[in-house]
Amino acid sequence: MNIPNSITTLIVGIAVTLISLWYGQHHGLMPVAASADANDVDELFNLMMTIATGLFILIEGALVICLIRFRRKKGDLTDGPAIEGNVPLEILWTAIPTLTVFILAIYSFEIYNKMGGLDPMVSGSGMAMSHHHHHNPSTMENMVAMGVDSQVAIGIGKSMSAGEQEPLVVEVNGLQYAWIFTYPDTGIISGDLHVPVDRPVQLNMKAADVIHAFWLPELRIKQDVMPGQLSQLSFVANREGTYPVICAELCGSYHGGMKTTMTVETAEGYDAWVQSRTVAMQSEENQTVAVNPSDLSDAAFLQAYAEEMGIIKNTLDQIPHGPMTMMSIHQ
Amino acid sequence: MSEATTHHGGDRKWTDYFTFCTDHKVIGIQYLVTSFFFYFIGGALAEMVRTELATPDPDFVSPEVYNQLFTMHGTIMIFLWIVPAGAAFANYLIPLMIGADDMAFPRLNAVAFWMQPVGGILLISSFFVGAPQAGWTSYPPLSLISGKWGEELWILCLLILGTASILGAINFVTTIFKMRIPEMDIHSMPLFCWAMLATSALILLSTPVLAAALILLSFDLMAGTAFFNPTGGGDPIVYQHLFWFYSHPAVYIMVLPFFGVISEVLPVHSRKPIFGYRAIAYSGLAISFLGLIVWAHHMFTSGTPGWLRMFFMATTMLVAVPTGIKIFSWCATLWGGKLQLNSALLFAIGFLSSFLIGGLSGVMLAAAPFDIHVHDTYFVVGHFHYVLFGGSVFALFSAVYHWYPKMTGKMYDEFWGKLHFAMTFVGFNMTFLPMHYLGMQGMNRRIALYDPQFQSLNQVCTIGSYILALSTLPFLVSMVLGLVKGEAAGRNPWRALTLEWQTTSPPSIENFDEVPVLWAGPYDYGIDSESEDAGESVEEMLAEVAEVG
Ligand code: HEM
Ligand SMILES: [Cu+2]
Ligand SMILES: [Cu+2]
Repeated sequence: MNIPNSITTLIVGIAVTLISLWYGQHHGLMPVAASADANDVDELFNLMMTIATGLFILIEGALVICLIRFRRKKGDLTDGPAIEGNVPLEILWTAIPTLTVFILAIYSFEIYNKMGGLDPMVSGSGMAMSHHHHHNPSTMENMVAMGVDSQVAIGIGKSMSAGEQEPLVVEVNGLQYAWIFTYPDTGIISGDLHVPVDRPVQLNMKAADVIHAFWLPELRIKQDVMPGQLSQLSFVANREGTYPVICAELCGSYHGGMKTTMTVETAEGYDAWVQSRTVAMQSEENQTVAVNPSDLSDAAFLQAYAEEMGIIKNTLDQIPHGPMTMMSIHQ
Repeated sequence: MSEATTHHGGDRKWTDYFTFCTDHKVIGIQYLVTSFFFYFIGGALAEMVRTELATPDPDFVSPEVYNQLFTMHGTIMIFLWIVPAGAAFANYLIPLMIGADDMAFPRLNAVAFWMQPVGGILLISSFFVGAPQAGWTSYPPLSLISGKWGEELWILCLLILGTASILGAINFVTTIFKMRIPEMDIHSMPLFCWAMLATSALILLSTPVLAAALILLSFDLMAGTAFFNPTGGGDPIVYQHLFWFYSHPAVYIMVLPFFGVISEVLPVHSRKPIFGYRAIAYSGLAISFLGLIVWAHHMFTSGTPGWLRMFFMATTMLVAVPTGIKIFSWCATLWGGKLQLNSALLFAIGFLSSFLIGGLSGVMLAAAPFDIHVHDTYFVVGHFHYVLFGGSVFALFSAVYHWYPKMTGKMYDEFWGKLHFAMTFVGFNMTFLPMHYLGMQGMNRRIALYDPQFQSLNQVCTIGSYILALSTLPFLVSMVLGLVKGEAAGRNPWRALTLEWQTTSPPSIENFDEVPVLWAGPYDYGIDSESEDAGESVEEMLAEVAEVG
């Protein structure tokens, strides 16, 4: 290799590196991050984006150069040089991906661990329940009674152990096509999620009918919610705002409509919300006191909550009236 | 070029293509035409999906119909388009490439083919009883409650097509091991044959597991058992494990044959030996081995414990190594060559450039913390279309153009071919690139109604998909013009060195008039180029062929 050639290589190398480093930090592809974990995931993504940009420029660049420089001249029927391989080069480009994925795997593992992915979680619903004994129509006790108490919960998030701030526990029930949040501490049942900022939140999640997936894009977390099995997510949201809550697992025709919001607000704001909900619930109870929910069809049962939860009318019409739906709600 | 028309190829009447014919070439064409038929149906369904997504509301079709559309689109594209199209080329080419007169089991081969239309018609007929709506993954319990007969027909179709692909795989492996001409040892075999070995191994190991899952699902559906039904104590996660034990490898079943195609097309049209023959051959086997131990990366957010997620994260990332080796080797094959930029090579380069993007986003998806965010979003839809459309369909078109002269004896129309490429490339990137961003921002998949903030990018995708749909027109024009008034191709218009080019175009019924001679390695381009006249060796060989003919 002659001198000018290696200088060009060097310059190109530096340019590619700089562009990749810059783009890796400035791609703007992710939505806002509303938790420290989300920032960690973004860091990981930025690293991957940096590497990907470098490889992209390198390989697409090589292809474009081939297209321009190595076209056959008209009438030239000769062959190119008979290069069948090059051992050092092949070792190099085996080593590069090997090393890259090794680094990425370790880094991803770190982040995953930090997010509490390997945490034993609360290891089973038994323990999850031990702090909270409330008597509410749809708390986890009912689900335990359905025979899930022997299962270990699946999910992601650090276990909220004693000593730290007391976590806010919310029970999440996914059903075609709504999320229902129950706050065991206050008895609130709501169609949207409210959590205080900077306070650990633990979601104990179950599905009433088919598999749903609970996704908070701004927190970068997602977990399937399954019938007959407990799953959990725990997080600390650190940024106030209202964020979408989306069902990410195909759950029927109105799967696309199965979404609501999570409001992250100050402790005072959250308390005010609790207050207003408690009052609202009392007046609702007065109205519906004579009705036993299990006598109602699913749609009729939901109708009461529909406006509240922002479920569209079509959604209600969609709900099958089969025996599988709403089980745990009715109990 | 040498002789123009020896009418051997014409020995086949068009009616032969509608019979239980055991000639591997007829079967290859049957597969190819059938799979194209289903491609157009699958494509039409995709256009309806995209039309629905042009606006945020479910206004073009109802949400149930929407779910049927993408379920049928995915199923058709995978099981009736890409997989059989791979089998089409394998059937047509393997015996020719190894100098055999047919496949090892010709009748079995015909049986396997005729199962395609049967399976396809069963699947399409499900539209009359309410097509399946649970996605091509058909996860219970949703698949158990959203329409019984459509779902059952879907299961039957997949069982039939799965059986067919097992029969095909047995045939390919036996043919490759037993029917090569004696001079051809396994390391002088064309790389397409290596690719089909790797593919067949995967089919044989994984497809029976899918069959097991489907049969159990069928029991749950029709007989009320509860293998997967949680209301009866079943476990839906077990289905997911069984399903992905097949369906992840299925991704490699869909791309490996086309990796083989690329390894054939690049050296011929860039006039250089394939770079790193053994590296490419063995990395294919490595991919199929790794492909068997990565399935749970589809389940990072499902009922999979944390430690298991980590195991599958590591194995998945490892796939990047053999894949990287292939991409680098292909680029090195082009580098310094004398590229003849015809439609075949353009599609091959289009393959490289788009498959690269699918590969890079694939490594990202392997990282569990990131996958948890984008799983089941449009990021994934973007990713797998870069792999399946960019990685398979581009290479498939490359294969069609490359072997068209061999199959028909005529040259296709290059102008329309290039236009086809340009429209496909633009339409493809317009359709699928924005999807990555949509997914990260919060657009989940399999939805007929979406948040209005995503509308403008969705419109870009939809317009892109219309361009993609229109791109099939120049393709058909090129093919038909070729047949009607294409120049006679002769035996070897590309001056290629693999054996299929030694016989007439199209080949006679018995393939070769005499046992073909192995006068060069499959990729020995420019071997004499150190001497003063680089082209001479090939010219000599061609003269020799002309004499034999
Ligand atoms: C004509 C170009 C194509 C367009 C415009 C297109 C469009 C789409 C869209 C928008 C979806 C998303 C459904 C969703 O998850 O919300 C989809 C799903 C899918 N596509 Fe395509 N696609 C095309 C070609 C292909 C090809 C060539 C293949 C395979 C070889 C393929 C395989 C699939 C699969 C497997 C799914 C998943 C279906 C499911 O979720 O059940 N597509 N396609
Ligand atoms: Cu849902
Ligand atoms: Cu859903």
